[in-house]
Amino acid sequence: MELMEETLTRLESHKTQEVMILMEHVNKWYHDFHVLKDIDLTVMAGERIVICGPSGSGKSTLIRCINRLEAHQRGRIVVDGIELTEDVKAIDAIRREVGMVFQHFNLFPHLTVLENCTLAPIWVKKMPKKEAEALALQYLQRVRIADQAHKYPGQLSGGQQQRVAIARALCMKPKIMLFDEPTSALDPEMVKEVLDTMIELAAEGMTMLCVTHEMGFARTVADRVIFMDRGEIVEQAPPEEFFLHPKEERTRRFLGQILHH
Amino acid sequence: MSSSPSLRPPVVRVDALRWLRENLFSGPINTALTLVALYLLWRFVPPVLGWLFFDATWQGSSRADCHPGGACWIFIGQRFGQFLYGFYPAEERWRVNLAALSIILLAVPLFFSRLPQRRRWAIGYFLFTPVLVWWLLYGAGILGLPTVSTDQWGGLMLTLVIAAVGIAGALPLGILLALGRRSQLPAIKIVCITFIEFWRGVPLITVLFMSSVMLPLFLPEQMSIDKLVRALIAVILFEAAYLAEVVRGGLQAIPKGQYEAAHALGLSYWQSMGLVILPQALRLVIPGIVNTFIALFKDTSLVIIIGLADFFTTVHRATVAPEWLGFSTEGYVFAAFVYFLFCFGMSRYSIALEKRLARSEKR
Ligand SMILES: Nc1ncnc2c1ncn2[C@@H]1O[C@H](COP(=O)(O)OP(=O)(O)OP(=O)(O)O)[C@@H](O)[C@H]1O
Ligand SMILES: [Mg+2]
Repeated sequence: MELMEETLTRLESHKTQEVMILMEHVNKWYHDFHVLKDIDLTVMAGERIVICGPSGSGKSTLIRCINRLEAHQRGRIVVDGIELTEDVKAIDAIRREVGMVFQHFNLFPHLTVLENCTLAPIWVKKMPKKEAEALALQYLQRVRIADQAHKYPGQLSGGQQQRVAIARALCMKPKIMLFDEPTSALDPEMVKEVLDTMIELAAEGMTMLCVTHEMGFARTVADRVIFMDRGEIVEQAPPEEFFLHPKEERTRRFLGQILHH
Repeated sequence: MSSSPSLRPPVVRVDALRWLRENLFSGPINTALTLVALYLLWRFVPPVLGWLFFDATWQGSSRADCHPGGACWIFIGQRFGQFLYGFYPAEERWRVNLAALSIILLAVPLFFSRLPQRRRWAIGYFLFTPVLVWWLLYGAGILGLPTVSTDQWGGLMLTLVIAAVGIAGALPLGILLALGRRSQLPAIKIVCITFIEFWRGVPLITVLFMSSVMLPLFLPEQMSIDKLVRALIAVILFEAAYLAEVVRGGLQAIPKGQYEAAHALGLSYWQSMGLVILPQALRLVIPGIVNTFIALFKDTSLVIIIGLADFFTTVHRATVAPEWLGFSTEGYVFAAFVYFLFCFGMSRYSIALEKRLARSEKR
């Protein structure tokens, strides 16, 4: 009950804040396959959102539309006041605001950990190299991996690589972080170190959209859990309500499958 | 763990007799093959070595000094200058030497990976050295260097000029073509595919021939392009088509996630390509690139078709000149040796480069 109130006050406080992401009637097709069906979603600054749903339901596609790794065909997406169109300038501006962490890390194997982190600040933000390195070390410190700065990604464990990937995205000082199943390629013993990093990030007030099936993480961190199925947002609710009193039959079935594993 | 940490791996004693038995005499067929091979070696190696070294003539000044039974290397010594420089005037040959020296010396800093300004040096090197070398070799009267027209260039120097310009021009063009072939823009894609397929479909010898016979037909009469320049353009375009396909192979091997990560960080198309994709893709295809370079180096000898006297042609002409008639074996063996040195050198360098890059990533 106390938790409930806390969440409510949190949601309350968002009302005065700005809208970070606005999706209106977003539709997307892969050829004639309708992946996203009329998606409406508003994300406030500082909000933490967990997206779950069965495989193939369009979760990845949804968050990849936000930084234009995929283009939507109908509807409107506005990120931090900038509307996503064909305009390359708008896309670049949005990508500067939005960090992304992938399931398979996607670190650059030919660059050291430090170079992975300084690449975008130096080339996209035109930051002097010294400054970029200092910044990178600061973020590497925060994900507790600064001592590995001069190694190559191939020399690190999966959990370490994913933490480097988080630091790399943070070095661009994004306003929004997108996570696409950041722990599902990891061995079980490494999941916690990555989740801990994400929980810290959430505590600092980062706007986060996270596709994950880590329901423990959703319970502790999320302001809102979104359930997707067959390209639609079927249900969204604060975690307590979502897990304890799901409204839709499809949600219940999904939760039944995932929680009894 | 059953073994204690102090236990050392067992030392394998190399027993020569056992090695022989296992590798050369392991059965009747192997034994027979070994004996045949030994017989052939005994039959052919000593005479060849004798001809090349022990019975060969090394000192002297004319064919009268040659002993029978061995090679007469006096021929090579006498014509060495011509093999190196063709008909480049003797009193101007220092310019060729200076050009070669500056190419080598200016490149030295590029091999120190610790040098802080290495990237800047590399850019400067690739912009400045060609101009310097062109000025030294051609002169054009600039700063008092008299012109040596390209008709007088020849020998190894000409071969190296064609190979170096060919490589330096074909690699960047090949990379652009490979990127273009994978472009999302249909117009660029079609142009690149057409270009690549056209040049891959015709033999180099035809290209060279067309460049000297057909090109003048299309150009206004007073406008003539230097023969060497035409050959260089032909070689660059031809080899770029091959390199494009090699590079494309590398690009295809890079996982989609690398492109996505680069884009998600806000890198532009050219930044993603130059900083993330190409460094990985090119590394993967070093063997293929060097293979093309080696083929290009040997293909330069085809410029004889348009009347340029490269290294091979110079050697060949010396063997048919009256004063050294009958020494063509020496000439061709020497030519083969020089080509081999350069090609083998490139091959070794590429292996060393691959090892160094692999070590730096320790994957
Ligand atoms: N490039 C593509 N071309 C065609 N179809 C695609 C493409 N990418 C994804 N799809 C299809 O779109 C649907 C949604 O894919 P998406 O990756 O968004 O699912 P997801 O919810 O992230 O699933 P998962 O949990 O397996 O990652 C799937 O049915 C998939 O097969
Ligand atoms: Mg997915």
